[in-house]
Amino acid sequence: MDILRFATAGSVDDGKSTLIGRLLFDSKAIFEDQLEAVERTSRDRGTEYTDLSLLTDGLRAEREQGITIDVAYRYFATPKRKFIIADTPGHIQYTRNMVTGASTADLAIILIDARKGVLEQSRRHAFLTTLLRVPHLVLAVNKMDLVDYAEERFEEIREEFTAFASKLNAADLTFIPISALHGDNVVSRSENMPWYHGTSLLHHLENVHIASDRNLVDVRFPVQYVIRPHNATSQELHDYRGYAGQVAGGVLKPGDEVTHLPSGLNTRIAAIDTFDGPVEEAFPPMSVTLRLEDDIDISRGDLICRPNNQPSVAQELDAMVCWMADSVKLQPRSKLIIKHTTRTARALVRDLQYRLDVNTLHRDEAATSLGLNEIGRVSLRITQPLFVDDYSRNRLTGGFILIDEATNGTVGAGMIVDAR
Amino acid sequence: MLQRDYTTSQLDVLEAEAIHIMREVAAEFERPCLLFSGGKDSIVMLRIAEKAFWPAPIPFPLMHVDTGHNFPEVIEFRDRRAVELNARLVVASVQASIDSGRVAEETGRRASRNRLQTTTLLDAIEEHEFDAVFGGARRDEEKARAKERVFSFRDDFGQWDPKNQRPELWNLYNSKIRKGEHIRVFPLSNWTELDIWDYIRREGIEIPSIYFAHTRSVFERDGMLLPDDEVVQRDEDEPLFEAVVRYRTVGDVTCTGAVVSNAVTVEQIIEEIAVTRLTERGATRADDRASEAAMEDRKKEGYF
Ligand SMILES: Nc1nc2c(ncn2[C@@H]2O[C@H](COP(=O)(O)OP(=O)(O)O)[C@@H](O)[C@H]2O)c(=O)[nH]1
Ligand SMILES: [Mg+2]
Repeated sequence: MDILRFATAGSVDDGKSTLIGRLLFDSKAIFEDQLEAVERTSRDRGTEYTDLSLLTDGLRAEREQGITIDVAYRYFATPKRKFIIADTPGHIQYTRNMVTGASTADLAIILIDARKGVLEQSRRHAFLTTLLRVPHLVLAVNKMDLVDYAEERFEEIREEFTAFASKLNAADLTFIPISALHGDNVVSRSENMPWYHGTSLLHHLENVHIASDRNLVDVRFPVQYVIRPHNATSQELHDYRGYAGQVAGGVLKPGDEVTHLPSGLNTRIAAIDTFDGPVEEAFPPMSVTLRLEDDIDISRGDLICRPNNQPSVAQELDAMVCWMADSVKLQPRSKLIIKHTTRTARALVRDLQYRLDVNTLHRDEAATSLGLNEIGRVSLRITQPLFVDDYSRNRLTGGFILIDEATNGTVGAGMIVDAR
Repeated sequence: MLQRDYTTSQLDVLEAEAIHIMREVAAEFERPCLLFSGGKDSIVMLRIAEKAFWPAPIPFPLMHVDTGHNFPEVIEFRDRRAVELNARLVVASVQASIDSGRVAEETGRRASRNRLQTTTLLDAIEEHEFDAVFGGARRDEEKARAKERVFSFRDDFGQWDPKNQRPELWNLYNSKIRKGEHIRVFPLSNWTELDIWDYIRREGIEIPSIYFAHTRSVFERDGMLLPDDEVVQRDEDEPLFEAVVRYRTVGDVTCTGAVVSNAVTVEQIIEEIAVTRLTERGATRADDRASEAAMEDRKKEGYF
C-alpha cells in the first residue's frame, strides 16, 4: 500500500465538503461519534440535512462563519492506498492556503458545478495547481443530477476547460462527471450516465500511477545533519561520520561516484546506512545516512550529487513567488530570510518583474509590490550560493520559503524558474 | 520494500517524513525535548528518534508530564525505556505544581488533573528553556488538530493561535523564534491510529501491558468504563464489576476509559480497530467530550 496526497479545490457550494464527506463515509473513515457530533450540530443550527462540511471545518471560527479558513488534512484508506486529503478553501482570499495544500499534492481535484460550468475561479484553481506542478489533475464535474445527467453538458465543459488548460500546459488531465450528493461515479460507476466510459473517481484515485512523478534521474542529496557518535568505547563508532538527509532526487547506490557541493570534490559512496541496516539503493522520499570514502569537510546545507549531473550553484535567481503575509508587502529592496532544502540564507529582492492576475493570467509589469495572496515573478540575490534546479524539474530543489526577519513569519513561497 | 517501480509503502513514507522532521529540529534548535508519556504514539515517536540519529544516541532529553494519576504499568515502562536508550528523562510533576500553589486541584466527582497539566508543562518548558517540544499528536485524532502545523508556533505564554499559523509548504519548516517562544513539533501528524498499530506490529515494538486485554475492576459512567482506583471518585450508583478490557489511549486514570476487548496480540488489536466505529478519543476520553471545541480551547492555552 502506498500513499496518494491530493488537494481539493472548488468554489463555495460546488460540493467539495459533500464529496469529501462521501469519500470518508464510504471508506469508513468517519466514525459514529464524529457523525453523531455533526448531526447534533446540524440539528442545533436548524439545518435539515446532515451537514458533512462540519466534519472538515474544525476551528470554531470556521463553524461559526460556515466557511473553511485553513487547510485541513483528512485521512482515509482503501485496501489499495492510503489517502491524505488537503482540503483547501476556494475563495481568492485563501490563495495561499491552496498553494500550501498543492505544494505536496500528487493530484488535485477541481470541482465544477455542472450548471455553472467553467468559472473564473475554476481557471484560477487550475492555474495554481499547474504553477505548483501538481502532476495529476481531475476535473470533477459535479451536480450532474441537476442537469439530467446530460452528456452534452459534460462535453461542453470538458471542451471549454481543455482549451484553457492547453494554454497552461497542465498536467495529466482527467474529466469525471459525478454527483457527490447521490454518489454517482464517486465510488462506483453510475448507471445514470451510461455514456461515460471512464472509471469512478475513487477508482482513479486508487490507480493513478505516481511512483514515476518523483525525479528519479537527477541525484540530489541535501545534507541535513551530520551524525558523529563520538563514542569512546567503540573504535568503529568513534570514527563514524555519516551524512543524514532525505533523498530529494535520483537513485543513490554504494560505490557511486559523487560530487560534494560547494567544494566540487569527488568521492564515492561507501555505504548507505539506516537503523535497520545498510541498503543497496536510496531514492526519494527515503531518509538515510551516507558514508563517503574520503574525508571531506561536509556540513548541513551542502549537497551531494553526481559529477556529470549537477544542480545550478546560484546566488541570483528568478522565481514565481506567492506572497502570504498581510502585514508587509514584497517590494524591490525587501530583505528576507530564504530557506531552500536544508540551507538558510538571506535574500534581497532585486526586482519584481511582473505581478500576475491569477484569474486572467495578465502580467502587470508596472506593479511595484506583491500583497497578500498575490503572485509575481521576482528576481532575488542570495548571500550564499544555493544548489537549485528549476521547480518544473524538481519540486524539492526548486521550491523555497521566505521568512520575514522582523516577525519570523513565513511570508512567501517561491518556485524557481531560472537560476544563474 | 524496494520494488522496481520505486513505489514506497505508506509506513516507509511516513517514517521517512518523521525522521526528516526530527533531524530538522535537532539541526535547527538548541534545546529540543521529546514528550514521552509511555503511550503508543510517543513510543512510536521514540523509535523514530532512535532511527533518526543512529548510531549516535538521541541528542535530546525525554520529558514526561506526570499527573500523579498514571497507570503504574505505564510509569514502569517509561522508566525502563529511558534507561535502555540511555536517555535523560525529565519528569515534570503536576503534584509539585499543586504543592507549590501554581495550580489548584479540582474537586468533585469529575475532578481531573488533565487541565492542570498545561501549567506544569509550560513551567517545565520555561525552566529548562526548551525551544522545541516533540509531541506525538496526530491530525486524525481530533478536528482542531486536523489544522495544526507540523511545526506549531507557541508565543511566550505557550499559546497557540489557530487563525494565525505559519504556512507550511513542501518539506520546509520555519524554525525561527524569539527567546521565550517555542515550537511544538508533531512528526506523526500524518499517521492514523491504524498506521501506528501497523508500525508497532512491523517493528515489533514493545508497548505497556494495559493496551492488551486484561481483567479489571471497572464501573460505567457516561458509557465509558473507568477503573477502580483510589484517585477516581465513584458514586453509590456506580457499581463495580469485573470486565475483560483494554485501553486504546493512555492518559490520566481519572478520565481515560477502557474498552471491552479480547485482543491480546497486536494483530488482534489491528483487526479490532479495522472494524471499530468510534474514534479513539470519542470512545475513551472524557476530556474531549466536554464541548464541541474542547480540544481547540485547551490547545490555545498551551495543552499538548
Ligand atoms: N443536487 C446536488 N446537490 C449537491 C451535490 N453536491 C453538493 N450538493 C449540495 O450543494 C450544497 C453545497 O455543498 P457543499 O459540499 O457544502 O459545498 P462546498 O462549499 O464546496 O463545500 C449543499 O446543499 C449540497 O447538498 C450534487 O452532486 N448534487
Ligand atoms: Mg466546504
